[in-house]
Amino acid sequence: MPKGVTVNVCMGTGGIAGGADEVLAAFREELSRNSVEGRVLEKCAVHQVGCRGFCARDVLVDITIDDERTTYQYIRPDMVKRLVSEHIIGGEPVADWMVSDEYHRFHDLQKKIVLADCGTIDPEDIEAYIDAGGYRAITEVLESRTPAEVIDEVRRSGLRGRGGAGFPTGQKWELCAANEADRRYIICNADEGDPGAFMDRSVIEGNPHSVIEGMLIGAYAVGSDSGYVYIRAEYPLAVDRLRLALDQARAKGFLGPDILNSGFSFDIKIKLGAGAFVCGEETALIASIEGERGMPRAKPPYPADKGLWGKPTIINNVETWANLPPIINNGADWYAGIGSEKSKGTKVFALTGKIRNTGLIEVPMGISLRDIIFDIGGGIEGGRLLKAVQTGGPSGGCIPQQHIDLAMDYDNLLAVGSMMGSGGMVVLDESDCMVNIARFFLEFTQAESCGKCTPCRLGTKRLLEILTRITEGEGRKGDIELLEDLAGDVRDTSLCGLGMSAPNPVLSTIRYFRHEYEAHIHDKHCPAKVCRKLLTFFIREDLCVGCGMCRKACPTGAADGKPKAPHHIDTSSCVKCGACYDVCKFKAVLKE
Amino acid sequence: MISLTIDGREVSVFEGTSVLEAARILEIDIPTLCHDPRLKPFGGCRLCIVEIRGMARPVTACTTPAIGGMVVTTTSERLYRLRRTIIELLLSDHPNDCMVCARAGDCTLQEQAYFYKLRLNRFTGEMRDHDRVDANPFIKREMNKCILCGLCVRVCDEVQGVNAIDFAFRGFNARVTPPFEKDLDCEFCGQCVAVCPTGALTGKVWAGEARQKDVKMTDTVCSYCGCGCNITLHTVRDRVVRITSRPDTHNRGWLCAKGRFGYEFINHPDRLKTPLIRRKKGGNLEPAAWEDAFDLIAGQFTRIKEESGPDALGGLASARCTNEENYVFQKFFRAVIGTNNIDHCARY
Amino acid sequence: MAGLATVFGSGAMSNSVAEIERTDALFVIGSNTTENHPIIALRMKQAVRNGAKLIVADPRTIPLVKFAHLHLRHRPGTDITLLNTIMHVIVREGLEDREFIEARTTDFETFQKNLENFTPEYGEKITGVPARDIIEAARIYATAGRAGIYYTMGITQHSMGTDNVISLANLALLTGNIGREATGVNPLRGQNNVQGCCDMGCSPNVFPGYQSLTDPEVRERFEEVWGTRLPDKIGLTASEMIEAMLAGSLKGLYVMGENPAMSDPNTTHTLEAFRKLDFLVVQDIFLTETAELADVVLPAASFAEKDGTFTNSERRVQMVRKALSTPGRAKDDLWILGNLTARMGFNHVFESIRALGYKVPEDNDAKQTIMTPEQAFLEAGLLWPGIRGMTYQRLKNGGIQWPCPSQGHPGTPYLFRDSFPVGRPAFRSITPTESDELVDSDYPYVLTTGRILFQYHTGSMTRRSKALETVAPCPFIEINHRDAALLEILDEDPVTVTSRRGTISLIARVGDRVGPGVVFIPFHYREAAANLLTNNALDPICKIAEAKVCAVRIDKVGPTA
Repeated sequence: MPKGVTVNVCMGTGGIAGGADEVLAAFREELSRNSVEGRVLEKCAVHQVGCRGFCARDVLVDITIDDERTTYQYIRPDMVKRLVSEHIIGGEPVADWMVSDEYHRFHDLQKKIVLADCGTIDPEDIEAYIDAGGYRAITEVLESRTPAEVIDEVRRSGLRGRGGAGFPTGQKWELCAANEADRRYIICNADEGDPGAFMDRSVIEGNPHSVIEGMLIGAYAVGSDSGYVYIRAEYPLAVDRLRLALDQARAKGFLGPDILNSGFSFDIKIKLGAGAFVCGEETALIASIEGERGMPRAKPPYPADKGLWGKPTIINNVETWANLPPIINNGADWYAGIGSEKSKGTKVFALTGKIRNTGLIEVPMGISLRDIIFDIGGGIEGGRLLKAVQTGGPSGGCIPQQHIDLAMDYDNLLAVGSMMGSGGMVVLDESDCMVNIARFFLEFTQAESCGKCTPCRLGTKRLLEILTRITEGEGRKGDIELLEDLAGDVRDTSLCGLGMSAPNPVLSTIRYFRHEYEAHIHDKHCPAKVCRKLLTFFIREDLCVGCGMCRKACPTGAADGKPKAPHHIDTSSCVKCGACYDVCKFKAVLKE
Repeated sequence: MISLTIDGREVSVFEGTSVLEAARILEIDIPTLCHDPRLKPFGGCRLCIVEIRGMARPVTACTTPAIGGMVVTTTSERLYRLRRTIIELLLSDHPNDCMVCARAGDCTLQEQAYFYKLRLNRFTGEMRDHDRVDANPFIKREMNKCILCGLCVRVCDEVQGVNAIDFAFRGFNARVTPPFEKDLDCEFCGQCVAVCPTGALTGKVWAGEARQKDVKMTDTVCSYCGCGCNITLHTVRDRVVRITSRPDTHNRGWLCAKGRFGYEFINHPDRLKTPLIRRKKGGNLEPAAWEDAFDLIAGQFTRIKEESGPDALGGLASARCTNEENYVFQKFFRAVIGTNNIDHCARY
Repeated sequence: MAGLATVFGSGAMSNSVAEIERTDALFVIGSNTTENHPIIALRMKQAVRNGAKLIVADPRTIPLVKFAHLHLRHRPGTDITLLNTIMHVIVREGLEDREFIEARTTDFETFQKNLENFTPEYGEKITGVPARDIIEAARIYATAGRAGIYYTMGITQHSMGTDNVISLANLALLTGNIGREATGVNPLRGQNNVQGCCDMGCSPNVFPGYQSLTDPEVRERFEEVWGTRLPDKIGLTASEMIEAMLAGSLKGLYVMGENPAMSDPNTTHTLEAFRKLDFLVVQDIFLTETAELADVVLPAASFAEKDGTFTNSERRVQMVRKALSTPGRAKDDLWILGNLTARMGFNHVFESIRALGYKVPEDNDAKQTIMTPEQAFLEAGLLWPGIRGMTYQRLKNGGIQWPCPSQGHPGTPYLFRDSFPVGRPAFRSITPTESDELVDSDYPYVLTTGRILFQYHTGSMTRRSKALETVAPCPFIEINHRDAALLEILDEDPVTVTSRRGTISLIARVGDRVGPGVVFIPFHYREAAANLLTNNALDPICKIAEAKVCAVRIDKVGPTA
């Protein structure tokens, strides 16, 4: 028998959704049933660990025997028995279930700073964090650095806010610290609202103490004794783990009065968000903490001058905070050595869309889109052609395929009409209609507009209506120009980032895919064959076997025919619902 | 003091002054729909956007603090276009019923639409349908006309401290409403009606009354409590059709439910219109001529004074009458009747 | 007002409403400001937003409590003990303003002795307010840089009302919170022109401007201007008139624009007195309860139908302007009084002032007796320096606060900056007395009365406004839920309320706006007139009746559950 056995089960929200709870329980049960613990010389442990990013392959399990790690994918509880008997007891890894090369390729080009310990340590155990070097940075800071030195370190590291706008973090702290005030606040923005994005959630679920430690460093640097984590209530696991982490940190003396006998005091409260996208906007978030409706306030004054309760406030997002302990531990120079000229360090992206390997990745700034999509992401699903990449969440923009070699950093993304945002990345292929994509995102931003300012409330509504009518074949001559005009005016006059950036999907798709708009409007044609009202459904006789599925599915009787004989679709009564297309097993229903 | 340049003119202001306030000192007119100097700046309507040298985007003058050396432009082709778009957007979701709106002629939105010559709208589309009727007896709430400037919400919070209404819902569905969209149940001060820039909030008491034409305005003082609020009576011929209060008064334009809505007594049919005399004890009060009334009073007062002395007569003056009337009343008792039996019921 | 006039030499709000926003601590006692002075209450709320501390002392949880740092819910009628206890704490903790006391007051030593027994524990026993709250209130008030006191009928309408007011004055003197901006002792006036009515000498003991009519010099001046001999005997107060009417010595009464038959405490008693009158004239805009008893009713003008001035609570004289003509044959009050003056054979209204060298407009020959508002105002200014500097022209924009003795004078936002009219005000030791009528086993509840937001006074105006009447249509009694439970009364149940003087029926509002043992009824409703129940016992000095405290019994109507 080996000296040590460690089983790590991926227990992020993705893993748990895949049944990780049961897998973990099965391991415990199987190990004890076989009395493995007694036979192992040094230690035998089953740990839950956070998300390592490749959620598509959940449940992921690492079995480490005497430092030899083997990773398994798609593990279900009923597979545990064999893993224990063959691998742990028998010493023979189960090759069938091991991760493929693709798993390694997914990780090879990544550089993990923020996510370094996600997936390797137990997020519910402060000792695991400490063993991995946690709370070393704050201990060192409290022992031997002045606040000004800390701010200088952060400034020199080149770290920029990971929430979207990319404001230099050190500069923000400097501004806040320079204000005369009897009190300053620290806020961690964990109100991650972009659909499909889960960067912050994974960090808090996988390594909550890194965020707490980052906030401690910030609090010490600007002289704050009170912090908030504003986190969405829709993240129950993250909230639980954060709460637990705060309790553990307090018990260990990392939070509360006179931390580590340094005279510095700081504590953190959790404030749950109620699901409004706009509360991710910093001034709306502050209003929400104050008990007001989450509506943005005009800037200036900026939160660093007048933030929570009118006091100077540092607000950074989860990823930004989690970057701080490594910066302190390894130094500004180390951090500044990673990334591109003006964007330092790494960035976490949630990679989704028409791509083989969806999941969470952390890459150095300046990496090309090509590397992300074709190496880490494994290319486009189904061998189709890449059309564009949408970054920056619902109010980001679409980067067309011709910019595939773009080095990903804040400034380059802005230059091509998109933005970094908090790290959403949706890959679009030739089967995606760009007008419809713009409409989709506008639908989201319009519904999430807080209603305070006119251009956002009504401008996005009108943009959405124009886009909708284009996708429905009601587009008019001049609509593209009208969209451009209105989108520009909304961008220029909106109060907060939501309204300012909401037109991005429209503007960037018009910029790069104007011909698709023109096809919709002038030819009443959707090149990607997505906009149903512009399609004609028909049945290819040579492929139809007359099974009758389309007839049964058709709500209007347009699809009809005799059994065993080719069916037809009557275009005059067809309502283009697509039901026939979806049910046909022989791909005989076509759309044009 | 700091100084800044607005449209090429220099102005000195105290620190903390907004760009809008600074512009108003120079009497530069920047349009606004959501601003009231009595309330905290909001920055919602976006109409007061200005260009500031060194800033990439236009900013709202109402929320931007003036900074020394700032160079501000309040009118440009671009600003004109942006403001016009904002108003056009507002009108795209506003009922076009100025003809029958209580605020016609006194509506900020209507005025801006007029200034920006908005006849056709590029953005016709869905319009809100908040058709819920609020049954409260004071305030008519036609939320289809609401432009979400937030003035009512803010005045209710910042001035009245009642918080009877707030924003609810999001996006196109955003609206101002009492909790759970119930009927308004508040102090009915009508501060919200006073600050509403459109016809969304109006008084039910003056619904259907004259709006502008033939209306005479008289500044006077409220006749209820001792606050002594300044009010403006809107009258048509001899009828009070509405009461407002000017913001530049010691009560800053704020009134209470009684002061704002409780004026029906003035033209009430119960008003006494003729002297009444009870010709014999136990009889009824009957209409009489002034001459008869005066004769009777003078006769009786003289008789009592002669029979029992002036101190058998007394007068109760009124806390409701003017200073002049009270002065003359006590003088009447002291100088004409000859007694100091003069007092009033409200000795407090 | 007698209390304030006694201590300081002037009875009015010492400070201005606008100053409230700049106050550091507000002590609101016996004033339901939000409902009775809604616009003044706005300034109080603003003060709180600006960081001021608000202390509310009231037996009821009035709306202002929502904004208060401290609510002292004392038993009705125990104000003096409460105030003496607060002052005891201030002196015990050395928080009094020694400098002010020595420079500007007298009689502090004896006063201080009198406070010795008013320990917080004793205060708690008598008032029901926890000792620690009393201590905190004392500290808040005494340590604030600028602290203001605001009160209304909750202080004055008691048999010891004058003593209540003097106690408040003591408190302000003790801490030097008078004679400075945003401080003071501030009675909020209940009606639009109570202040003006008092200013204009509608009191039995003073001429306009609070000038004593027993002072021969003063009287001579008035005789000179009015051109006639004037009586030097102090007259009857309103409440004394009621007694004189009952006794038969007061035979004729002229009531201008008031409704005592409804507003005076102990209505039954009041009505009996009115019925005994030989001759009653009532001049009003509606046929009020009092007018119904009259021998002659004269139809007058509402405020919208005449020119003149009102003086608000903060001594601000403001222009009232005619917007309408009077309905029917109704006439404005000056026309009526002028005609009566002539009928009474007094035809030299203008003669004497003309003789004194003042210009009288052409259309007023000596024979004419009807004064225009402006003439009346100028004549009043001639006799009272407090408004001498005011003219209609000057009042046009926003009014002026008296005193304003000369044309160039800007008016006076706050009084007593440099001196008090009495010189150095004296501290007066006040010993608490009990309310005239205390609860017993037959009448176990303390009734207190007041106004509500949507009605006004006896309702002759507000009850004729449809909207106001819709939201506040009927009389009610507020009962604490604990008492209601004992009486098996549910919210909205009909009840009868009985005092030694009468019975009324109304519905119950069960809740915690009043404390146990206390009930509240608004007095606007003739169908259940609270003043049928109230006590007409008088304050011995200023003769205000004790409308705020009497003992009642409550009975549920109908079968008990």
